[in-house]
Amino acid sequence: MELLMAVAVGILFTIGVYLILSKSLLRIVLGTSLLTHGVHLLLLTMAGLKKGSAPVLGKADTYVDPLPQALILTSIVISFGVTAFYFVLAYRSYQALGTDEIDSIKEDKE
Amino acid sequence: MSNLLVLPILIPLCTAVILMFFKEKIRLQRGISAVSGVLNILIALLLVTRVHSEGIQTLQMGGWAPPYGIVFVGDMFAVLLVAMASVVSFAILLYSFHSIGEKRERFYYYTFFQFLLVGVYGSFLTGDIFNLFVFFEVMLISSYALISIGGTRLQLRETSKYLLINIVSSTLFVAAVAYLYAAVGTLNMAHLSQRIAEAGQGGVLNVIAVLFLIVFSLKAGLFLFFWLPGSYSAPPAAVRALFGALLTKVGLYAIIRTFTLLFVNDPGFTQSWIAWMAAATMILGGLGAVAYKDIPRILNYNVIISVGFVAFGLAAGTRDALDGTVFYLLHDMLAKGLMFILGGVIISAAGTDRLNSMGGMIKKYPLIGWMFFILTLALVGIPPLSGFAGKVLIIRGALDTGMLTLSLIGLGSSFLVLYSLIKVFRQAFWGNEPENDQPKVSLKWASAIAGGLLVLVIAMGIGAEFVFTYVSQAGEVLASPVQYIDAVMKMKE
Repeated sequence: MELLMAVAVGILFTIGVYLILSKSLLRIVLGTSLLTHGVHLLLLTMAGLKKGSAPVLGKADTYVDPLPQALILTSIVISFGVTAFYFVLAYRSYQALGTDEIDSIKEDKE
Repeated sequence: MSNLLVLPILIPLCTAVILMFFKEKIRLQRGISAVSGVLNILIALLLVTRVHSEGIQTLQMGGWAPPYGIVFVGDMFAVLLVAMASVVSFAILLYSFHSIGEKRERFYYYTFFQFLLVGVYGSFLTGDIFNLFVFFEVMLISSYALISIGGTRLQLRETSKYLLINIVSSTLFVAAVAYLYAAVGTLNMAHLSQRIAEAGQGGVLNVIAVLFLIVFSLKAGLFLFFWLPGSYSAPPAAVRALFGALLTKVGLYAIIRTFTLLFVNDPGFTQSWIAWMAAATMILGGLGAVAYKDIPRILNYNVIISVGFVAFGLAAGTRDALDGTVFYLLHDMLAKGLMFILGGVIISAAGTDRLNSMGGMIKKYPLIGWMFFILTLALVGIPPLSGFAGKVLIIRGALDTGMLTLSLIGLGSSFLVLYSLIKVFRQAFWGNEPENDQPKVSLKWASAIAGGLLVLVIAMGIGAEFVFTYVSQAGEVLASPVQYIDAVMKMKE
């Protein structure tokens, strides 16, 4: 299971980095979002994938570590907010600059 | 337990929420944010005296005993930074009343300003490494909004770059936290310090340490600063002042905290990394400051030089050098805030940010000119002013450990600071006035704020002995993390 997760993390990172390196702003946003998902999976895997019941006392002998879930939940919320902001920014710059190619936004002062 | 610790975070948070409801009432917004600024300064000063008399203050969130819950820790270093940040941000707030423009004020400028402060104070006070990430994000998201508010072409272009850099570095931050949790199984910083000491900081932990160094360097502009001069030039002067004075300092705080508390067991490895990065930062930043001819970029490269200098103090790592680092960091927040305010005043008075098309402003604005000159001396480190004591302590500590080359680079960077700022002074204030006659603008308000900050810069230099009693208490905890660990791990109800 750990191996499968590691491969999945690797794939997410690869696609994320590939998309970030492209020119179109939309692809970059998608890339960052994939990258953060890769990190969330990494966080889950690194904390150890254990089988056990929910972390409520007096129910079972083995419990799952609740901390990674809490961290991932927080991190997902943050990445959701940032991605939303990035999409709005990308749309706004598409409107104002007439292009979503990051290279063709030239140096000019208003 | 001290509930006072949560107030520096709670006050701006509540203020920001309240401000959202008064979108159209700009005067009311200004009033509320000013009141909350004053309140914050008072709370921060109260915290400083409390920590000075009673030692490190801790607060366990929800009563969960460490290492299980989130703790807030106010040691002298953190509390001093909170106090200085609240003073500087209050001055910048006052400056933005007359410079930011009604359009931006109507688009929740003050709300984002307060949210940014929540992130900054929270990063200083938290004692949990994942919580540090969360406060970093609070700070960064408001900085994204502040940098893009107004939506000019330049801002839109620079914001997307700034955003991308920070998302990637935040991603690496979470990855580093994941690895750290896998390696030692805790997130509380005091507990981490104990566990890392037990584990002996071998190969894996060194890799994690370097990963943290990369993440925080990206945020602080230590060596990996390629994004900084462009992004920080885009927003208006008040936002630039806020970023230059506070944002990079939070990254520096994180570097200092992690490398004096967590990764202290293999100093030969980590300190040499920091030392090389500091040297490169000072040299490259100095070259940048000398090379450019527009005011925002010169000032931004000056920020980079001082980041390098603080990191150099950390790399030296002796008691003297750590005291000096704290002192210099405090001075730098104050002086950089003032520098950006004066820079903004010069730009608005001249109507341009290009040095080549300025000149002769000393006739119209003698006061601004001389304030800029004194500030230059303070940043270089001329004795009665605030930059001096920190530089002396850092250099003395570095020479004790035999870092001669780095000390020379550090001193040399002061000359580049002097050259670049005198260049601004000479071209903007001396020489002939340009042909296009700019109307004289009223600078009373901005001059009063800049004057107030300048008084603080001078007072901090003359009263260095007094400031030092507090600073050395901060340096003491940095030099021996046992105190920090004891304060957190031994519960005090």
